[in-house]
Amino acid sequence: MVKKKHDSVVLAKCPTGIKGLDEITRGGLPQGRPTLVCGSAGCGKTLFAMEFLMHGAMQFGEPGVFMTFEETPEDLAKNFISLGFDIHDMESRGLIAMDHVRIERSEVEETGDYDLEGLFIRLGSAIDAIQAKRVVLDTIEALFAGLSNAAIVRAELRRLFHWLKARGVTAIITGESGDKLLTRYGLEEYVADCVILLDFRIKEQIATRRLRIIKYRGSSHGADEYPFLIDEGGFSILPITSLGLDYPVTNKHITTGVPKLDAMFDGKGFYRGSTVLASGSAGTGKTSLAATFADAACRRGERCLYFAFEESPSQIVRNMGSIGLDLGRWVKKGLLRLHSTRPSLYGLEMHLLTFHKLIEQFDPQVFVIDPISNLTAAGTASEVNSILTRLIDYLKMRQICAFFTDLTHLQSSLDGASEEISSLIDTWILLRAIERNGERNRGIYVLKSRGIDHSNQIQEFMLTNQGIDLIDVYTGLGEVLTGSARVAQEAEERSTELACRHEAEHRLREQELKRQALEAKIAALRAAFEEETKEVHLIAEEKRKRQAVQTESRLAMGRFREGKPSEPPAKRAKKRLKGA
Amino acid sequence: MKAGATGKGKKAKTDAKEQAWNLRLYVAGQTQKSITAFANLKKICEEHLAGEYSIEVIDLVKNPQLAKGDQIIALPTLVRKLPEPIKKIIGDLANTERVLVGLDIRSARGGASQKLEAGTDFAPAPNPMR
Repeated sequence: MVKKKHDSVVLAKCPTGIKGLDEITRGGLPQGRPTLVCGSAGCGKTLFAMEFLMHGAMQFGEPGVFMTFEETPEDLAKNFISLGFDIHDMESRGLIAMDHVRIERSEVEETGDYDLEGLFIRLGSAIDAIQAKRVVLDTIEALFAGLSNAAIVRAELRRLFHWLKARGVTAIITGESGDKLLTRYGLEEYVADCVILLDFRIKEQIATRRLRIIKYRGSSHGADEYPFLIDEGGFSILPITSLGLDYPVTNKHITTGVPKLDAMFDGKGFYRGSTVLASGSAGTGKTSLAATFADAACRRGERCLYFAFEESPSQIVRNMGSIGLDLGRWVKKGLLRLHSTRPSLYGLEMHLLTFHKLIEQFDPQVFVIDPISNLTAAGTASEVNSILTRLIDYLKMRQICAFFTDLTHLQSSLDGASEEISSLIDTWILLRAIERNGERNRGIYVLKSRGIDHSNQIQEFMLTNQGIDLIDVYTGLGEVLTGSARVAQEAEERSTELACRHEAEHRLREQELKRQALEAKIAALRAAFEEETKEVHLIAEEKRKRQAVQTESRLAMGRFREGKPSEPPAKRAKKRLKGA
Repeated sequence: MKAGATGKGKKAKTDAKEQAWNLRLYVAGQTQKSITAFANLKKICEEHLAGEYSIEVIDLVKNPQLAKGDQIIALPTLVRKLPEPIKKIIGDLANTERVLVGLDIRSARGGASQKLEAGTDFAPAPNPMR
């Protein structure tokens, strides 16, 4: 039974099964040694210890003994059934042994020397009965209250812890925190291997539970204060430190849900697993954009977890119906989970834990927080920043595409808080209200988008009953116009264009007429010319004929004068004959 | 006093007609404390409750499961089962005065302890070291 000292070169660890604790302690509590868990009343010591036993019995095949000095086993069984631990069942299966030690000072008279061998015997017999590997003593300090001879109790406790070590059981001893010491009676003096402090503090009316490993002999451990959560799933601790920057990335894209917005991102949308922030003042359409993105994810058959800090799930479903999004069907199908809480409901760490828990349960591909700026209600800006860093790292590890909205103050385009988280954000969309000519319009542009060739243009962002639409703003004449100004400008342009066209047509017609007139003229001239030509020809013919006649008459004259008719004599003879 | 090896003598009773005083002494083996406690108890009973008491010695080393029933933590523990209510005295019973107070013998009996009936037989727990 005596533990060999030399085989503990590498400290053996006993996994607790408590979510997060085994990561912090790099494997669990020191195997075969007692651990002190201390904290104020109501900080979760008993739950911590009980979970340690239950997980040991159920997951790691290590039965455990729970020795309670305060609550009765019946009360404990009642308390833990709500967390899903059936102590009676576990007892009957021989996985857990409960022993209630009750000491009432008023019922006990002390005379002379005694020891606490009875406790050892009880514990020993319980350990032997179920071959226990784990032991919980909750809260052994009750011995100090029950017995007046503190010297004996101290000596016996020292012996008890040695004895536990010798039995090789991994033990948790709980202790109430004291004023100056960690525990009221200084138990830490005896339990030197591992001390865990549970803390329950309230700051600005918001309670946060924290756990800190004060010491862990022979092992490295996370030294921070880790927030933890107690809920219906039991105890869960969140490693507060960031997970680092070595997450896998993908080249796959997912749509934003708005085709024209996709177009602003080189036609592809966001990278899967990237972090998107949509900033804008009130009423610029952040929630609509987020809901459209969520809707698009559900259309692809992916799961989307939507955290709303402003509206209730049914209100979101109703309101998004007005822009043509039927989120209700995705909720029914189980693809969309809307989770609404007030940010001031609990501390930031609690929110982070809730995120973690729900993400683990639901395993979404898309995660929306609307809006993150409300988280500042639960903590300072730097705390929000730290929470978001951890959340984003966690989401990136799981390749979940995160979409955050951020409410900025009116008129200031970039809020302080936004700037702080800017470095965490891969894609930053800015929604702006553009006020001009007595109306307010929405503009959208991409401030940055890592690794995507994105548009540098401001687009007008329209919420229609068919969903979100983006319209190219009017950018002519050196100014940007939106809304009715854009419409008016466009109308004006249209009319100017129309007038231009009309004028051009008119001129064309005129010219045509001119051409026609010209052609008519040409035809007339040509006709005249032809007429003239004909005349000329006629005159020429006449002249030629006359010439011929003159010639003939001149010849005839000549013949007549010379008596030698030049005319063929036959003809003449004939003539003469005829005449004769 | 010496631990008798009386076989199954876990229960050792006085043979008096009615055991008005039912006492149980829890011990863990034959330690010096157990021996002292039993001797002290025997002496007190003989002096004050002769013939009206029974002492049951329970050795928890032998029967560890019995420790739960009477909520035994410290050893030795004397438990007054009868008369009711149950009273507990821990320690080696060295302080007779406190034992008498603790057992309520003073007030309950008054001066009625002069009945001296013989036949108080006692057999302590079997030797656990065997």
